[in-house]
Amino acid sequence: MGEMTFGGGGEDANFFTTKFDALLGWARKYSLFQYPFVTACCGMEFMAVASPRYDMARFGAEAPRFSPRQADVLWVVGTVSQRQGPVLKRIYEQMTEPKWVISFGTCASCGGFYDNYTTIPGIDKVIPVDVYIPGCPPRPEAVLDGLMLLMDKIQNGNKDPIVVPPRELPKLAQLRVKKEAAR
Amino acid sequence: MTIGVKVLKKPPRTLAEQAYLPETVKGLRLTMSRFFKNTFGPDSEKEIATVKYPEETRVYPERFRGVHRLTQRADGSPRCVACLCCSTACPAQCIHIEPGEYAADDPRAGYERYPKVFVIDELRCISCGYCVEACPCDAIRMDTGVHMPASTHRDHFLYDKETLLSLPGADGSLLTANTRPEPGDADHPGIDRDHH
Repeated sequence: MGEMTFGGGGEDANFFTTKFDALLGWARKYSLFQYPFVTACCGMEFMAVASPRYDMARFGAEAPRFSPRQADVLWVVGTVSQRQGPVLKRIYEQMTEPKWVISFGTCASCGGFYDNYTTIPGIDKVIPVDVYIPGCPPRPEAVLDGLMLLMDKIQNGNKDPIVVPPRELPKLAQLRVKKEAAR
Repeated sequence: MTIGVKVLKKPPRTLAEQAYLPETVKGLRLTMSRFFKNTFGPDSEKEIATVKYPEETRVYPERFRGVHRLTQRADGSPRCVACLCCSTACPAQCIHIEPGEYAADDPRAGYERYPKVFVIDELRCISCGYCVEACPCDAIRMDTGVHMPASTHRDHFLYDKETLLSLPGADGSLLTANTRPEPGDADHPGIDRDHH
């Protein structure tokens, strides 16, 4: 309600806008330009995902851009120390909209087992994060799970909802992934 | 003393190599033959290293440390006796346990405790397996054989007692292979020092 409609068209009037949004989401999710902000050992696993064995290019996330101005996705891979916090924030601000952030691994997501004064306990203290990938380091399968989750998020065009959606158990999450792959 | 230097003779180049084009064609022939074999050839002859993850999965090793689970006793209660060994051993401090005492008429009362609250922050977990090693009751295991899935919210990674108890191991069992006598069993040594 409250949307402008033409001639009482109802659903038909919004046909082109909704279809265009869907098309835009489809185009965006299959052409992710990524900026890897690699600071620690998780970078090895990031290389494993990008290399032919798991081949992130299958999802359209092929070309890493080494300038944040040309990137859509910021991969924060590894421990981020307090001194790197402003750098990370600046890199995030240099990226153009629309932009997404994937927090790769335990250290970037919540500081991991670094319970000290030099480490930021999770990069979401500095910049907003779209997808958290747990693991120390995560398996390539888990990273691809996270990437597909982000692609879902881009397709739906949803920003962070106020209501936290229900959690999926590990087995169920993998079933969902398989079901979507079959579709 | 002088260091002996071994002079290697540069291998001679043939005319075909110097002409550049024949070698280029050779290389392209190899590339294209692989391309046609992997694209149109029979499945048995394909040489593709890529694991097409969502469609096909690699089997994880038997000792792969995946998501935690809490094993159950035969009656469905957790085997955990809330000794706090795992949360003490955890270097990431991702395990939170609040122990509770059994009621006075319970056969386990005064002998062991149970976890009132048992929460693991799987996002903090570094999969070191120290909790599994520290557990004296084989109550916490990491043999579910699944990796922790990614999520968009940090709340999703807090696994409570009920969730952890509901996760089966890789063999599909909620129990443990290492059973032990329970208080009340015939072969139980007794709950006090006089073996009563």
